[in-house]
Amino acid sequence: MIEARHHLPTNILYLDGVTVSFDGFKALRELSLAIAPGELRAIIGPNGAGKTTFMDVVTGKVRPTEGEVFFHDTVDLTRHDEAEIARLGIGRKFQKPTVIDSLTVWENLELACAGERGVFTTLMHPRSAGERERMAEILERVGLAEAAGRPGGALSHGQKQWLEIGMLLAQSPELLLIDEPAAGMTDHETELTAQLLREISGERSVVVVEHDMVFVKALDCRVTVLHEGHTLAEGTLEHVQADERVIEVYLGR
Amino acid sequence: MAISSQPKLLSDAASRWLVGTIALVLVVVPVLNLLVPADSALHLSSYWVSLLGKYLCLALLALALDLVWGYAGILSLGHGAFFALGGYAMGMYLMRQIGERGVYGNPVLPDFMVFLDWQELPWYWYGFDDFLFAALMVVLVPGALAFAFGWFAFRSRVTGVYLSIITQALTFALMLAFFRNDMGFGGNNGLTDFKDILGFSLAAEGTKSALFVASGVALIGGYLLCRRVVTSRLGRVLVAVREAESRTRFLGYRVEHYKLFVFVLSAMLAGIAGALYVPQVGIINPGEFAPLVSIEIVVWVAVGGRGYLYGAIVGALLVNYGKTWFTGAFPEIWLFLLGGLFVVSTLFLPRGVVGLLQRRRSSHQPSPPSPSPQAAAQAEEGAR
Repeated sequence: MIEARHHLPTNILYLDGVTVSFDGFKALRELSLAIAPGELRAIIGPNGAGKTTFMDVVTGKVRPTEGEVFFHDTVDLTRHDEAEIARLGIGRKFQKPTVIDSLTVWENLELACAGERGVFTTLMHPRSAGERERMAEILERVGLAEAAGRPGGALSHGQKQWLEIGMLLAQSPELLLIDEPAAGMTDHETELTAQLLREISGERSVVVVEHDMVFVKALDCRVTVLHEGHTLAEGTLEHVQADERVIEVYLGR
Repeated sequence: MAISSQPKLLSDAASRWLVGTIALVLVVVPVLNLLVPADSALHLSSYWVSLLGKYLCLALLALALDLVWGYAGILSLGHGAFFALGGYAMGMYLMRQIGERGVYGNPVLPDFMVFLDWQELPWYWYGFDDFLFAALMVVLVPGALAFAFGWFAFRSRVTGVYLSIITQALTFALMLAFFRNDMGFGGNNGLTDFKDILGFSLAAEGTKSALFVASGVALIGGYLLCRRVVTSRLGRVLVAVREAESRTRFLGYRVEHYKLFVFVLSAMLAGIAGALYVPQVGIINPGEFAPLVSIEIVVWVAVGGRGYLYGAIVGALLVNYGKTWFTGAFPEIWLFLLGGLFVVSTLFLPRGVVGLLQRRRSSHQPSPPSPSPQAAAQAEEGAR
């Protein structure tokens, strides 16, 4: 805390020389990456480029063989497990949405809402007015305010993705890692999702892993291209699309 | 599948209806038995009072199972064990009340101990001459067993069919233990020949009515308690555990603590049900620990409708009345019928009798408050 007062963190997430090998196969090789506070970043790359392994490393599911992973420049993420990292303020949305089908949208959100998670608290204390207000805001934001009373199982695929994003927001993480949010969405839903993520960034940092180039274009943010576990290019979408090596391995196939 | 959240309004009406009906029955039955003269056509015999009281106890047992199975998704195939332990605790009190009126006239030792030539009361029988102590044991013993069992099982993340098999093994092991004479619980005869409870003769009509009312009050209390649990945030965590256990962990909940809490609560309710059952049937023996007994409880809940609470009560009452009738009329086909009932309700009534009624009811309403999850899912399926 004292250190934080001396210098504001310049990076919310910082990876340096991260290598992950599984039985000799290097899923990540000397990957270096920095995400600034409030930044929205898209990570693209062909299958097997190491996008999911990158997320696994940051959320503590996989330990790097070599290299450093820091949160806020001071917290060494390689020393914490999944639950601790979640509590530090890093939220992750998996590719496949998993909302609780028989709970309503509102109840799903309530489940995710930050706060005490003990048996006694959940039995005795309903959510406070302030918390409910915050939940209503989140629902408004992810466009599900009118669906609040519907069971999670009755939502469309796109709505489930939004509910998941809402649940992620309710956990109030500083850094959101989002895996293919636009998978299975209609064009209109994709557009709305991009808009939503653009709005969220600024107050929080958002890292999106994505295949869909239309969606990445709509995100309108800095893009990192991964290839064989390594950063191939970084910059605006136009910049990376113009890069010879990127065209060769990915875009121009 | 389903349930819990979406039909909240309806189940609230259902709660009022259920509690009201039980309360009415609690008044009417003793009146018909005690106040209406025996030669009147409206007179209800004491046999029926005890039989109905027995049904109410079994309904409480079904309710306890529904709390763990219907909400937290823990399919216990050993809930009969907690019921039987509560029953034994009450049985021990009733045995000590017999005193010198036993066949052997021993003021301290129950008959079976005299018969086995035991010289003194085993230490674990101490205190059971006191009703309050026995009543405490009725909840503490099943609760402690559930806690110890759950602590290990839930912490090591044993779930699904594996957990069900262990619960079945638990009740089977207890049955074998209680069959042994040297356990000090009367061996295969169990505990019986009870004379009175709190000084009132068990044979008296008034006592039978009082036990009947006590069972009904326990059922209402148990229902309201369970309802309080499942409508709290904790209840929603339980549903999340049932549907996506690891996802719930990712949201930061210690799933094992939640499971342990409901499992212990449920075991205590089952113990109370057993304790009220024993004085009304007049016997407790190791047969109550039999695996089949525990499986029958699952059938009651499945037939009534899992995950509604009142469904378990309806199921227990229906199936047990059916059992009384069939074992009287066609005793040899009862077990086949019971098995058939389970198959039919699993295949055609996944949400039980209560789910069926609810669906019919909502189809009569012009605009249901919200579509059922199943119907909506089907509609979505069709749209794809």
